[in-house]
Order: sequence, then structure tokens, then C-alpha cells
Amino acid sequence: MSTPAAHGQSQNRTVKWINDRLPIFTFADHFQDYPAPRNLNYWWNFGSLAGLVLMIMIATGIVLAMHYTPNSELAFDSVERIMRDVNYGWLLRYVHMNGASMFFIVVYIHIFRGFYFGSYKSPREVLWWLGVVILLLMMATAFMGYVLPWGQMSFWGAKVITNLFSAIPLVGTTITEWLWGGFTVGNPTLNRFFSLHYLLPFVILGVVVLHIWALHTVKSNNPLGVEMKGPQDSIPFHPYYTVKDYFGVGVFLLVFAAIVFFFPNFLGEPDNYIPADPLKTPPHIVPEWYFLPYYAILRSFTQDWWFFQIVFSWWGVSAKLAGVLAMFASILVLFVLPWLDTSKVRSGRFRPMFKWAILVFLLDCLLLGYLGAKPAAEPWVSISQWATLYYFVHFLVILPILSRIETPKPLPHSIAEAVLKGGGGAAAGATAKPMEKA
Amino acid sequence: MLKLARTFILGAGLCAAAATAALAAEGTSPPLKDGDWSFEGVFGTYDSAQLRRGFQVYQGVCSACHGLRQVSYRNLLQIGLSEAQAKQIAGEKTKKVIDDTGDVVDKPRGLADRFASPFPNDQAAKAANNGALPPDLSLITKARLGGPRYLYSLLIGYVSNEECTKAFKDFEGKPLKPADGQYCNAYFPGHILAMAPPITADGQVEYTGENAPKATVQQMAKDVSAFLMWAAEPKMEERKRLGIKVILFLLLLTGVLYGIYRKVWAGIKH
Repeated sequence: MSTPAAHGQSQNRTVKWINDRLPIFTFADHFQDYPAPRNLNYWWNFGSLAGLVLMIMIATGIVLAMHYTPNSELAFDSVERIMRDVNYGWLLRYVHMNGASMFFIVVYIHIFRGFYFGSYKSPREVLWWLGVVILLLMMATAFMGYVLPWGQMSFWGAKVITNLFSAIPLVGTTITEWLWGGFTVGNPTLNRFFSLHYLLPFVILGVVVLHIWALHTVKSNNPLGVEMKGPQDSIPFHPYYTVKDYFGVGVFLLVFAAIVFFFPNFLGEPDNYIPADPLKTPPHIVPEWYFLPYYAILRSFTQDWWFFQIVFSWWGVSAKLAGVLAMFASILVLFVLPWLDTSKVRSGRFRPMFKWAILVFLLDCLLLGYLGAKPAAEPWVSISQWATLYYFVHFLVILPILSRIETPKPLPHSIAEAVLKGGGGAAAGATAKPMEKA
Repeated sequence: MLKLARTFILGAGLCAAAATAALAAEGTSPPLKDGDWSFEGVFGTYDSAQLRRGFQVYQGVCSACHGLRQVSYRNLLQIGLSEAQAKQIAGEKTKKVIDDTGDVVDKPRGLADRFASPFPNDQAAKAANNGALPPDLSLITKARLGGPRYLYSLLIGYVSNEECTKAFKDFEGKPLKPADGQYCNAYFPGHILAMAPPITADGQVEYTGENAPKATVQQMAKDVSAFLMWAAEPKMEERKRLGIKVILFLLLLTGVLYGIYRKVWAGIKH
């Protein structure tokens, strides 16, 4: 078998002619020889899955947009027409609707993978930043997409979230009215949300390209958190991780299909099947599940909370503004994470204290998610306040201190050493690239 | 890593258990009643005879106040009505059209038209119903927590004013007292609603189908809930049928991909 990697230096005249002018074949080769650590586990499947969901969302979204009407009088009925009269419209819509949830599940696992294995540490800070930018863009896209069916929760969710900007001193009201395109959430709001909901996925796609570019510059982290030092530590991405990713795609699609075909409304809110009514506020306004932790953080800032009184109220910040700032800070803090966790050891496997800290942090996030769905009453408010505090204490206090006082376990000298330890005697280099020998 | 994953799952499980316990403690309504419908479960399909009976109940009882504006008369063919029957039902209602001379005239509805709503607009509906707006029922089973179970429970869940005062309290903890034109229901959130008990007597609707069960209050409530589930999710059968094929295909594909994965990785230490 000829080496697939040869296209870039191909003797085929057409290939060479094109490649000399636009090195697209050299570029394609890169994806074939790109060296990946040989020890990546299944937690490393979620990046490619996120890319797949993005593609599914764009594809279904484009077709849905052909049938959807972005007008506050017609939007709700146009979605129902898609569900009833458009060929396979119900499938497109359920895939798109649940696809948003799947996107967040996959991305949250991908992020926690990064937390646990220290994927944000040098030299991967920019890669990490780009990931946080993607998360922010996803949140904006998902929020605006949820508004489009113009159900009760669409409308009131939009109202609550856009109203947050009114907490900004001096210019808050102006900004909010600018976002609305009027004096309340209405048809102009729906129109611009539709426009931006169509635009942002392509911006995400652009940032994903940068994310992969950065990844291919610094290479993948791995479960040991020890950098690749030579060919014995790596295997070519193709075919090894392509087949592993395909298998992951199969498992993922099984879960996705089970939800779409058998429980399509399980993750949704029944209220969104009621057409938007600006005069009738639903008893509980709750966002989709993937926003619940942030919603809990937002709502935990009450006027009488001691923490708010001590830290914010004396410089004239309202509880609402403090909540908004905290909500945005809960994501923005991720940008400085590489400098908060100063431990030189990446992987949580070799960090006995960090391992527990990240587990408690995960539980705290789940707890915040649970609290976000609760009414703003006791005891939920007090618990949210402690959970919110812990969220920030984890990043700003626990991680910096822990990095200093923790004694990590000894690291293996290389990936190959750890992988081959106690195993068969075959030299690592010999087994590393069988495709090239074949 | 496996050990860590196990700890994560355990933690998530504990959270979920706490959440379930907290939810159970909150509600004051009794648990919803289940109608043992044929459409429940992964392989469930609609019972078209039941849907037709439910449609009779909708026509005879609900349609006096509630619309079904997302459903078209042609959709009735799906539940086994003949074209002639559906046409006749459609023709009983009219719609406003502009004729060749420019006058607005009433024209009988046809199969392609949507169900006529009982009131010309929301204001008229409210004026006729003591200020309360009877919701359109096209999506009602998807727009309420518990879906058809909620609807069924609600329809048979009315209680007398005396029982209401005894059993339920308002949010301040005082016993509930329905005012004139208000009714009490064990399953309605807040328990007080403006809808009079719609299905009150056995045989209120005359079931015409062959082998039709006796039209008891419960049976009628069950049937109309099934019909409204169909009205909200007419593509459910198609969805489940396709779903089973997709899942079987994906199982096969994933199995093959796993085999390829193992074969490609055979002999690679990782």
C-alpha cells in the first residue's frame, strides 16, 4: 500500500499543479499524519462529537429556516406547521431542538475533561480561551434559538434575560431598548434574534477552525498530562483516532436517536407549547436545563445576603447588577483559569487533593443546576448562595492554594514508559506506525 | 479513571435522589391517574377507534368553548373517518372569504381548512366565559406537565365546594372557597378554575362505533384525552416506527465500528 501521506509530494501532474498553487493536498496530509498521544481515553471523544453536533445543528437549522416565519404573529403556528405538514418536519425540528441539549451535554463533558486533565495549562492557554469563546457563542445562539418558536417560555425567557442589561448603571435602559428594538420584547426582537441565530453558528464554526488550528499547533493533552517526547509516544491520528471517533459517534447517535424518537419533549418545558402571551406571566420562568446553574448564580444575589452587603452594596451596586456580574464572571473566570491553577502537574491522576476538589466542584455545578429550576424561595435561596460562593471559591481560593500545598504523585518519564510498563516487549517505535510499514 | 467516573456517577445519583424527594414533598395535588392508553411506551400506537370516540366527545362537549386550530379537517382521515364524513363535519362550519364581487361572504369549510374556533376572537371568548379564556386544545397535552394523564385526571378530578374547603388551602394556608362561577378540581394548579365540569353524566355522548364501550364519564374522559394527544402529536406513530429502524441500524453500525476499532488497534499498546 502506498503511503497515504504522499499526496503533498504527489507526482500526479494535476495534483501537483493544484498543490503548488493552493497546498490543499499538503493540508489534507496533515490530518493523516497528525501525531496524537497513543494513550487518549474515551473522554477525548467529546471534541469530535461537539463538531458533529455543530454540523447537525447547521444542517437541520438551514432547512428549518426555509419553513419558519420570523414574525411574532406567525412564528408559533409556522413551527406547528413544520411539525404537522412539512415532510419530516417533525424530525428536523426534534433533532434541532434536542440537538441543542446534546451540544451542551457533549461540550460540558469536554470542558470537565479539560478541568480534570489540566488541558488548560501551558502551552494550551489559547486553545482553552478559544474553547471558552465557543461556549459563550453557543450560549448566545442557544438563547436566541429558544426564543424563535415564540411560546410562553420563549417570550418570558427573552424578557428576563434581556432585562438583565437594564441593571447596567446609566446606560442600562438604553442598551435594553436597543436590544429589543422597541420598548418591550416584540416583533423587532424576534426578527433580530432570528437573524443572529442564523449568523452565530457560522461564527462558532470559524472559532472551531481556530480551536483546531491551536490544537494542532500544541497537540493534544492526554490522560497522563505528560507531553509527547518522540515518535514512541504517539500514533497517527488516522486511522487510530478516526476509527475510535467513529465508534464514539455511533454510541452518541444511539443516545441522541433514543431521545429524538422516543422522548422528544423530555428535556423541554411544556409551557413553550403555549403561544407567547405578553399579558400572562408563567408561574415559574425557567431557562433550559443547560442554563440552570448560571440562573441559580444570578438569582442568589438578594438584597439581604450578607455576602452581597459586605462586598457589593457599599459601592452602590444593586443586587440585580451584582447577580448579572456574577453570572458573567462564572464563565469569564475560565479565561484566567490557567493562572489560577499554578500546579506544574496537568493530570488529576497525579494530584491527590485536586482530584477531590474537582469532584466537589462538579457536584456544586450539579447542585446549582438543580437549584436553578427551583422557585426563588427558602431554603433554595440560601443553598444557592452557598453554592454560588463555593463556585467562585473553587477557582479563586481553592485552586491557587491547592497548587502550592499539594504534593503530586511522581509522574512517568514519558507516555511510552507508562503505557509499555509491565507489558509485552515490543519496541514502541516498531508498533507505533504500522500503517506506514504495511 | 474508572473509579473516578464511578464516584462522579454516584454523586450525580445522590443529587438526583435528593431532587426527587424534594419534588415529591412540594405538590399538594394527588398523583395523576393513568388512562392505560395504547399509545404509551416505545412501541405504543394510537387506537383509532378510541380516537374516533374521543373526537365525538370533543365535538359534542369541548368544541362548544375550545378551538383546535392547528388541526385540519383532512387530518380526520388519519383516525379512520371517511372522506365523506370529514367533508360533512367540515361543511357544518363556515369561513369568511371575499367573493368575486368583493363582498365578504360565509363559505362552508372543506377538508383543507383548519378546525373552526368556537369564538371569533379572544375577547368574545372571554366575554362568553366569565372573563376566562378557554385555551385552544391543539397542543394541550404537550403544554401541560403530565400530558394526557393530567388532562384525564383533570376531567374526572372535580370535587364539591365543601370537599374543596376541607381538602385544599390557598397559598396563605387558608381553606379554599370557590366563588360563584368558580369550580374546584383536585388536579388543577391552585385548584380553582373557571371551567364547569364538562363531562358529568354517563351517556352524555352517544358512542356510535361498533363494539364501542359504554360511555361512562371515565371512558369519555379517557377517550378525549387520547384524541387530544393525537391532535397534539399526530406524527407519533411515524416517529416511533422510524425510531425503531434508526436504533436497530445504529446498533448494527456501532457494533461494526467497534469491531473495526478493535481490529485497527489490535497490537497497539495504549
